[in-house]
Amino acid sequence: MHMSFDFPAQATRQLPSNLACRCVKVDAASWRRAAEELSASGGRFLTLWGADDRGRDGRFRIYAAYLLPQDVLVLEHDPGDVANPTYPSLASQFPSALRMERAIYDLLGVASTEPDNRGWLRHGGWPETVFPLRRDVDGTQQYPVVSEAYPFLQVEGDGVHEIAVGPVHAGIIEPGNFRFSVVGEKVLRLEERLGYTHKGIAKRFEEMRQHDGYRLAARLSGDSAAAFSWAYCAALEAIAGTVCPPRATNLRALALEHERLANHLGDLGALGNDAGFAFGLTQFSRLKEDLLRTNVAAFGARYLMDYILPGGVALDLPEHASRALLDQYLTLERDVKNLRSIYDEHGGLQDRFREAGRLEKDLAAKLGAIGLVGRASDVCCDLRVDHPWAPYDRLKATLVTQTSGDVAARVQVRFGEIGESLQLCRMLLEDVSSGPIRTEVPLAEPDRLGVGLIEGWRGPVMIALETGPDGAIRRCHAHDSSWQNWPLLEYAVLGNIVPDFPLINKSFNLSYSGHDG
Amino acid sequence: MFDTLSTMLRTGILTEPAPVSTEAPVVIETLQKDLRNILGRALCLRHVDAGSCNGCELEIQALNNPYYNLEGVGVKFVASPRHADLLLVTGPVSVNMEEALRRTYDAMPDPKIVMAVGDCGACGGIFGTSYASRGRVANIVPVNHTVSGCPPEPTALLRGILQIVRSKFSDS
Repeated sequence: MHMSFDFPAQATRQLPSNLACRCVKVDAASWRRAAEELSASGGRFLTLWGADDRGRDGRFRIYAAYLLPQDVLVLEHDPGDVANPTYPSLASQFPSALRMERAIYDLLGVASTEPDNRGWLRHGGWPETVFPLRRDVDGTQQYPVVSEAYPFLQVEGDGVHEIAVGPVHAGIIEPGNFRFSVVGEKVLRLEERLGYTHKGIAKRFEEMRQHDGYRLAARLSGDSAAAFSWAYCAALEAIAGTVCPPRATNLRALALEHERLANHLGDLGALGNDAGFAFGLTQFSRLKEDLLRTNVAAFGARYLMDYILPGGVALDLPEHASRALLDQYLTLERDVKNLRSIYDEHGGLQDRFREAGRLEKDLAAKLGAIGLVGRASDVCCDLRVDHPWAPYDRLKATLVTQTSGDVAARVQVRFGEIGESLQLCRMLLEDVSSGPIRTEVPLAEPDRLGVGLIEGWRGPVMIALETGPDGAIRRCHAHDSSWQNWPLLEYAVLGNIVPDFPLINKSFNLSYSGHDG
Repeated sequence: MFDTLSTMLRTGILTEPAPVSTEAPVVIETLQKDLRNILGRALCLRHVDAGSCNGCELEIQALNNPYYNLEGVGVKFVASPRHADLLLVTGPVSVNMEEALRRTYDAMPDPKIVMAVGDCGACGGIFGTSYASRGRVANIVPVNHTVSGCPPEPTALLRGILQIVRSKFSDS
């Protein structure tokens, strides 16, 4: 990729991060032009966030982060007039930006030029004149819920009817609203409405100390606790100039790969089940449970909520656990291989998987598909491979991709990544050097912005952390890759039949909580 | 088909005894006995995520794996609150889920037993109360029992269900 325009050196600064990262201040024209050129040259849009700096220098700020082949580019933009701050929408270049722009308006009252002004995170739970992320707004103030109508786009025509699903779903899953427009069984349109689990995480960060924020980050999306807590710690450590000890870095990666394994195992079972093959659920949920029980011996808990913390990890890996882990990887590898061939050769199962929920490569790339969903549509991106941070820089992970973009492809990527994860885990254990598992992280200087970017099991998760004085958090933006991939589900389901939606949805398995914040 | 059947045979029945956790089998056996004696039929659960991080959901789902085999002892998850004896609620209650949670609770038949699951459901957890969160489940609907933990382990959930069966359904 070649950027045909240069940013002036005086407007550019390096940001502390686990990856190479720079921040450039741009005006509205450059903001727009950069989006056009980045879009044309294959730059990946990562996230968008805003901050209220009126108390510091009388301005609001909007930031957009992009992934370039060589580094992360953060563009910083001043949306002008504090009474009516506005910035150019990125949605025509990067469609996934639209919902982020709506969310920024709901929380900060800074508007993009995009006309869709329906609340995204605000469903009437607080007044539309209150913007909770503004620094002069008391985040603990509660308001009565005032239900507001939410106009879904109507599809009209002979025999078209709507099916409304949610927010409470018939299963043990997170809440969200799906509005289908269908003819017979066929889906003509799906419109999602999310935000139901919004619990004010960004504002809550600002009440926490820098050294405690990792706990909240881990709970952004419980199934990605290791990824988010690592991203948080990476940002904080980079700002404070701390280098995590090598043993701790290896153990963090081991935890992240175990998180990937557990989620992939769970999904493969659920996908079998959703296609009527209960055997798959039984087998894979057994393997997942075995892994979670091993986690207790290795990391002290089934789910790694508070394992990765500033400066290292909470618990050392016991000597004997290492041996037990290697044994378990062998068994797991053998069992998954067996189950993979059963899945592959089961005609009824493949009949449901193939061609269902197909997302073509061109569309996936254009819409900004990322992470596992992207890789299943041959959109090749995995931070562990293309932007490796320690210890992935020496592990040389292999990219797993598929080309067909259907449920079958998303199943195959999971199978492939289980194999790859097991390889990485073995390398990490072989190479786990002795030494400390934690180092002191000094109080970071105030007003520093740092970025942590980690490839979680779904895709990249990002934390942009801005420090306040005396160990306070001034602003913390957390981003889950589900933001990018939720809109793609609306496309993947088109032309499919309604009864295939649960299967297609499960093959994406996106986070509601990670998205809603 | 041969591979499927031979895998089933090789896997065998895992429910008893569970290899690592020594508590689980005891709770499962007791739960089955109590359900038979007290309720005389299956216990129907409905789950509502009122704003959780999805950690609690993972452990509730685990109850249906072959080790805990919750359905095997007579506890099943149902799709409608109208069919539910017991409502499991996770998460701090987000303001955006407040109404949906109330409606779910209202749709339940009496005696409307509610179990708040996880630290967030029990006390608001790390999210507490704010412009977006109402905190613990009891702030919105009456709660009979809480199971703490972040997330609570399946055995803790089983024990919670067992206690509810004993204390809330023993008169009926």
